Amino acid sequence: MSDLMIEVEGLTKNYGITRAVNKVSFGVRRGEVLGFLGPNGAGKSTTMKMLTCYLAPTAGRALVAGHDVFSDSLEVRKRVGYLPEDTPIYRDMTVLEFLQFAAAMRGMDRDKVPGRIKEIGQRCGLGDVAGKLVGELSKGFRQRVGLAQAMLHDPDIVILDEPTSGLDPNQIVEIRSLIKEIGQEKTVILSTHILPEVQATCSRVLIINGGKLVADGTPNELRARERGGRYRVVVESNGVAKDAIRDRLASLSGVTRCEAIAGEDGSHAFAIDAGSADLRKPIFRAAVDNRWTLLELAREAASLEDVFRNLTTGEEGKS
Amino acid sequence: MSPAMVIARREINAYFNSPVAYIVVAAFTIIAGGIFFVFKFFLTQEASLRGFFETMPMLFMFLAPAITMRLIADEKASGTLELLITMPVRDWQVVLGKFLAAMALLATTLALTLVFAITVRALGPVDRGPTIGGYLGLLLMGGAYMAIGVMSSAFTRSSIVACIVAFVISLGLFIIGQATQYLPAGPLQGFAAFIGIGTHFDNISRGIIDTRDVIYYVSVMGICLLLATLSLESRRWS
Repeated sequence: MSDLMIEVEGLTKNYGITRAVNKVSFGVRRGEVLGFLGPNGAGKSTTMKMLTCYLAPTAGRALVAGHDVFSDSLEVRKRVGYLPEDTPIYRDMTVLEFLQFAAAMRGMDRDKVPGRIKEIGQRCGLGDVAGKLVGELSKGFRQRVGLAQAMLHDPDIVILDEPTSGLDPNQIVEIRSLIKEIGQEKTVILSTHILPEVQATCSRVLIINGGKLVADGTPNELRARERGGRYRVVVESNGVAKDAIRDRLASLSGVTRCEAIAGEDGSHAFAIDAGSADLRKPIFRAAVDNRWTLLELAREAASLEDVFRNLTTGEEGKS
Repeated sequence: MSPAMVIARREINAYFNSPVAYIVVAAFTIIAGGIFFVFKFFLTQEASLRGFFETMPMLFMFLAPAITMRLIADEKASGTLELLITMPVRDWQVVLGKFLAAMALLATTLALTLVFAITVRALGPVDRGPTIGGYLGLLLMGGAYMAIGVMSSAFTRSSIVACIVAFVISLGLFIIGQATQYLPAGPLQGFAAFIGIGTHFDNISRGIIDTRDVIYYVSVMGICLLLATLSLESRRWS
């Protein structure tokens, strides 16, 4: 089997006349933690529902662990652990009963179930609540039960739809570290509209908007692609004209914009926008050659927020 | 264990963990017993359960929707259906599991009514054959009612709507059967007698088990469970 755990080609889903997902294609390799990012209603959940065989694609195809989600859906479902949005779990069962039910539904070996539940319960921090009714649990614990359920049968692929929505900041940190841990041995897809989450947990990001894939890359790649780089340079102003420095900096190759900005007393500050080339060395050389006293040189990366906002608001204007 | 049995077991546990099931079963047993003893048994002065059996087509119209209404509709409303159906289980196994759970509760309810049989037997000799046959018939007819309920529950995400739909379908089939008395003999009457859900029980309550009646009830079960499965599958049509 190839390294590609999920292969999606031209995946499309219509609800009546509205197109929720529009010709989305991507691949996910083993061991990747893929963040599925997009505003609400962008088609994240719909895509996940197709990957987990809950919905069938209108067009296109998706292979999960080498099996087609439509024609071979039972095989796909055996190999996937899924946590739907809002963690729907039977409220009238205790945590232990629910996990036993999930194990039985998965056809797990009876002798191994108690040991496995204990192990997974420990990893997900379920120790004290095993006998409690799911309906009585806090949202954070319910989420952990959902994760435990998704991990129970040791699937190759874990798909989590908004796993941290509705949790308090402490719970979010806990769930994220749990997801990171899961990601060390499994292929994980998680959807979210919270950007720091992607930075904190994902090795790769897909941004989807209006049903279309608008970006694909590591968080760093996306930031770099959005804006080559912005530099902040501060030079001591002893006897050097501001304009001279600005002109010299603007003449460096790759600089698209250079302007003086407000600085502390006794210094000149400049903001420089540039393409993809790394300008830190040329700026330093220019300072040395001209005998400027360089007080500050910083490269400011675009935040993922900028990337996200640009991609998801720009796209709406076009379509 | 097959997924259908796992689902059935879960639903049976859910029944016995909820007060609703106890109330429904108790109410059914009390009402069935009341009608039987007050209006049938002491009037006819006959040591037979026929009067009890005769009331069942009508009483099942109330019992079955109450038992089955939440089976699938509730899972749709709470979203648990998505989790259930993305486990490695076929749609028909989900439907069958739910149906089997309803049948288990029906069997429990009918077992409680054996008290009536024991009471009647204490008062006079009861024919064993018609009684056993009658109970088998009740399971068959009950199966048809339960299948209608499961199907209605698969059609909607509201258990109240499911309850009403199941009741209306059962009532329709029941009334068509009752109409045979007023229809002139002919093909129309024959058709009504064939469609009616109660008419097929007349023979059974008299202690006669006819294959045509068995085929009718099994067909109703098959068609309704098939439609329920198709309804679940329809989420994958586009």
